[in-house]
Parts: sequence; structure tokens; C-alpha cells
Amino acid sequence: MTTQPGTALIIGGTSDIGRATALVYADHGWKVILTARNDEEGLREVNHLLIASQAKAELCRLDILDTESFGPFINSLGTLPNTVVCVVGMLPTQSRAVADTAYASLSLRTNFEGPAILLGMLADRFEKRGTGTIVGVSSIAGNRGRASNYVYGSAKAGLTAFLSGLRGRLWHSGVRVVTVMPGFVRTRMTDGMKLSPFLTAEPEQVAEAIYEAAESRHRDIIYVRRSWRLVMGVIAAMPEGVFKRVRF
Amino acid sequence: MELSGWGRYPRHSSNVVSPGSPRELAMLQRHIPTYVARGNGRSYGDAGIGAGVTLDMRRFDRMKGFDETSALLTVEAGVLLADLIDRFLPRGFFPAVVPGTRFVTIGGMIAADVHGKNHHWVGGFGDHVEALKLMFPSGQTVRCSRDENSDLFKATIGGMGLTGTIVEATIQLIKVETGWMRQNTVRAESILSAVQLLTANEGASYAVAWVDCLSKGNALGRSLVYLGEHVSLDALQERNPGAPIYPNTRRRGIAVPLDAPGFLLNRHSIRAFNALRYGRARTKDELVTWQSYFFPLDGLDQWNRLYGRRGFLQYQFVLPHQTASRVLPEIMGEIATTEDPSFLAVLKTLGKGGGQLSFPMSGVTLALDFPVSDSIFSLLDRLDRLVVEGGGRLYLAKDARQRPETFEAGYPNLSIFRQQRRAIGAEGRLASMLSKRIAV
Repeated sequence: MTTQPGTALIIGGTSDIGRATALVYADHGWKVILTARNDEEGLREVNHLLIASQAKAELCRLDILDTESFGPFINSLGTLPNTVVCVVGMLPTQSRAVADTAYASLSLRTNFEGPAILLGMLADRFEKRGTGTIVGVSSIAGNRGRASNYVYGSAKAGLTAFLSGLRGRLWHSGVRVVTVMPGFVRTRMTDGMKLSPFLTAEPEQVAEAIYEAAESRHRDIIYVRRSWRLVMGVIAAMPEGVFKRVRF
Repeated sequence: MELSGWGRYPRHSSNVVSPGSPRELAMLQRHIPTYVARGNGRSYGDAGIGAGVTLDMRRFDRMKGFDETSALLTVEAGVLLADLIDRFLPRGFFPAVVPGTRFVTIGGMIAADVHGKNHHWVGGFGDHVEALKLMFPSGQTVRCSRDENSDLFKATIGGMGLTGTIVEATIQLIKVETGWMRQNTVRAESILSAVQLLTANEGASYAVAWVDCLSKGNALGRSLVYLGEHVSLDALQERNPGAPIYPNTRRRGIAVPLDAPGFLLNRHSIRAFNALRYGRARTKDELVTWQSYFFPLDGLDQWNRLYGRRGFLQYQFVLPHQTASRVLPEIMGEIATTEDPSFLAVLKTLGKGGGQLSFPMSGVTLALDFPVSDSIFSLLDRLDRLVVEGGGRLYLAKDARQRPETFEAGYPNLSIFRQQRRAIGAEGRLASMLSKRIAV
């Protein structure tokens, strides 16, 4: 059964996946509230939703690193959204993240601390209300820490575990939690990287998958490209003694 | 990276940068010595390859404003025509002018002043641009229109991105009642009778002819003329009851997965194809969807790969009416005698051009496709001489090989255009491989 259109809050609404997700919700008749750090960029997006989709759309300023502002932000929303989708993330350069602690901390806070605390606070409100859907965009990089990107991967592992626990906690309250594993996506984040076409999705595909999982098929964890399930199955099955020797 | 146009010839190396916001674009432009903006890379030759740096404008893809009453739409320059149609056709609006593919950006359409099958009475895409925002190499942005900076406006329409980077445009849409087209097909026994038919039917909204360049003797240049009209809601319900008013706007078709072997398109296979196409065609009157009417090739993703690894050349020229009837048969004769087959040949009449370097002029245009081969270049040089001698010119958005002399002979406003470039500091800063090759 497909959910009736309501209000969707998109955290990180100016990212490529965020933009595409906002448009899919808008096209399904939802009101969309976008958050962005930068007003200029946020307005560009909201305007696009208004013109392209004739949707109701609003902009809220939010910095995912500013955890103190989360409470006032949620209060400022007036009515609680029906669904929240968090697509905030940053892909750090691994070598820099190893050498530069401030940079590593920025990545850990952007990919884990901020999203987890914000979604946790929204979850409490949703639980009180007794309805709502929480969608967190995590990453397959969090399934197992790899030498080449474990600073990013560990933060995403944290987010995946957080969402998993949250799902269990809210299971009886009527609030649903969806974890999205996009795999490789052709976005600004991966610009210039060589990506296998069999494992790579377009932002629009991720957005459709999010909408479907959250609003019509009601899934818990989704891999946007099915092929990733197989790849991650193989990676998970490798004994650590072998895994630590593999460079990828 | 190595970059080419849709024809995959020529290929040049260029650094591609993809700015995401006007602020980033301004900063980049101030620092990069020479560059040109690129849209979706659908010009055929080297127009979209920067000499030095290529600015990929596809991240400027937001719509900015729409007024239902005036049907004026403001968009960023990197918005795809396909997205515009997806969004606005179901609301009863259609672009006033569309080229043969919808996978072009609005900025690219303006830079090439693209024409459609209706140029004879509505003009080019540039004629439906109300205003645009242009960014100079200094990073400064100016608004231009027919009233404001009008010389610059005229230089930018068809100016191939050489008068500044188009950042934003306000364009006029037209109202349509359905997404259907009424298509009449008429056979013509020669290219000249096709020209006559097109001229006689200038009252038709859309008119274009497909020409068989490989048939022999009397059948040389036999053509099928396609006339089109937007279908009203009443007519649709009468002729095709129950049909969706706006038939699907799904975007992707089947993809050509690999480069076809070079021998696939040869004069025998093309002759057989043409014979089949012409032989099966009857004079008919039918309703077709907007997609199959305007963008038949879009159904085949990456069809440019059909021509094999070496790529292909598009050769499109226009001749004034006075010389067309003499020169066209000469050109057809040249093509028919060569080993180089033309797979696609499209004929139509054009009206006056809107910009200083706009391709259209009142006359007849023929577009031809040739796979790249060793002998093709000398044939096209011979055709160039016939075109220049007939007072015609070549379309810059398709060109990959003409010489500066041919260009200069065909574009009398070139000196005014150059003055405009000097005035805004574009000389030496804004350059594509095309502008270098033909010495703009």
C-alpha cells in the first residue's frame, strides 16, 4: 500500500541524491522541506521544485555539525514531517584523513555524529506521535572497514548500526526506519572516480529506490543495485586473515 | 581528457571542469586562460571542445521561473530540453522550436541558434529567447535581450559560446492541446520537386524532407516530404479516441552497446535501406506521438556508434533560393558518384537567421551524414566550393572540417561579431577548437 502524500523533510537537500529525492517526493504530491547549509544553493533547489514539479517546497537552514541547533530546528518545523530522509555525507580523502585529525573528525561528525543525533531526536518525536518513517542513507563502505577508506567506512558503519538499533527500538511504536545502501552513485562525491557500470547507480535511481522502500514496499534495508548484495556477501564471508591482506 | 562532439570526430584533449554554481563559475572563468562552455555535447564537430579548458555546464540544471499566462520560462543554461519537455508538455506547453534531438541543453540551443522543422515561419530557437544572462571572462554577468545590450544579444544567439558563457535564459513556450502530431507524407520524384513541395507547403507548421542520395538516374534525389501539425484535443478524440493526451515522456530508448564495425554502413546496405524506405512509403495522413515526430533518433541511445570507431561527419549547408535549384543537383551528382554513402539526408526550407552568426538564411538547407573515411575530406572540399559559389554557408554546430575561407565567405557579419568579442574581452580568452580552426 502506498502512503498518502504528506510532508517529507530532506536533510542535505542540495546534494545530488538529496535533490533527486526531493524531486521524487514532490512529483508524488508531497510537500518537501529541504535543509541546506548554504541559503543560496538551497533557494536554487526549492525554486526548482516549485517550477519543475509545482510542489509545495520550503527551505530550512541547517548545519549538520551544529548539534546544538537541532532542537530549535525541529521546533521551528511547526508540524512534524511524515517522513525524514537524511542524505548528508562527505567522502574524505583517506590519506588526508589519516594524517589530519581535524579533517578526520569533520568526516566522522558529518557522516555519523550529526545524522545519528538528528535522526535520534526526530525518532523521539515520531515515537510520541506514533507514526513516521525515517530513512538514513548509509554506505556499503560501512559493512567492513577497508584499508583504502576506513575513516569514511567506520562512520557509515556507526550510522548503519544506529539505524538498525533504532529500527528495533521503534518497531512496536509504528515508526519505521529504512537503511539505504546506494553503492556507487554518479555524483559530485564520486566525480573523477572510475566506477564499474554494473555497480553504479544514477542519483535518480537512488531517489526512486528510497521512495519505493519508504512509501510503497516498506523495506528495512535496501541495496539500490542488487549486484552489491552479492559483492558484500563475498566481502563479509572473507576470513579476517585473508581480508587484511587484500588491497582495495 | 579526450573530448569529441556527437560525431566523434575530431577528438582533442581538453581539461573538463564542472562548476556547480554561478559563484564557482565566475571564479573559474577569472582564473582559466582559455576556455569555452559545453552543454550536453551534441554539436557534431569541435564546437564544444575548449581550447585549453572545457566548462561542463550540465550542473546548471535548475528551472527558475514560469509564468502560466505569458508561457515564459526561465531556466539555467544546463537544463536539458528533454527535462523541459518532461515537465511542461503534460501541462500543455511545448518549446516553440526543437532540434532533432532532445538531449541538448538550453544554453547549447541558444549558442547554436538551433532550428527545427518550423524555421520557415517561426525562425530559430534564438527568436524565442526573451532574455539571457551572460557571464564574461572577467566573471561579470550582464543581462541581454532585444532591448538591453541588444548587439551582444544578437552576437550570442548562434555565437557558439564565444561571446560569454550563457548562464540563464528566459524562453517563450507555446501552448499545445495534446502531445500528438498529424503527419502527412508525400512522395517527391526528385530533390527539386521536394524543394517545390516544401515551398508550396510553407503554410504547414512543420515541414521536412528525407532525401535518397544513392538512387540512380531519374530516381536520384527522390524524397519523402513530411508535413506536421500539432493535433487539437477535439481532433485527437475524434481520430484516436481513448489515446493518452500526452503520450509517454519516458526518456531512454534502446542503446547501441558497441561501436559498429565500419563496414556496416556501406553504399549497398544504405541503398537497400533507402529503397525499402522509399518503396514502402505511401502518401498518408496519420497521427504520431511528439517523440516519433520530432526525435525519432532519440529512441536509439548513442546511435552515433553506428558509424564505427572513426566517427562520422555531418555536412549541413544552406543555399539561397536563387541558387539552390542550380547548385543542389550538382551537389547531389557529386555525392552519388563517390564511394562515400550518406545515410541520412534531410532537406528543408529556412527563413532568415536571428543572430550575427546564425546559420539560417532564407533558402534551402540539406544535411548529410558521412562516416569518416580517407576520401571523404576531398569530396567535402569540393562541396564547399559549390556552396560558397552559390552564396551559401555551413552550419557551425555540425562542422568539423571547413576552412577559415569557407567560413568567412559564408558569414558576412563576422567582422561585427569580432568587434563584439573584443569589446567584452573575449578575444584570446574564449576559444573552442572550432573557433581556432576557422579563425573566429
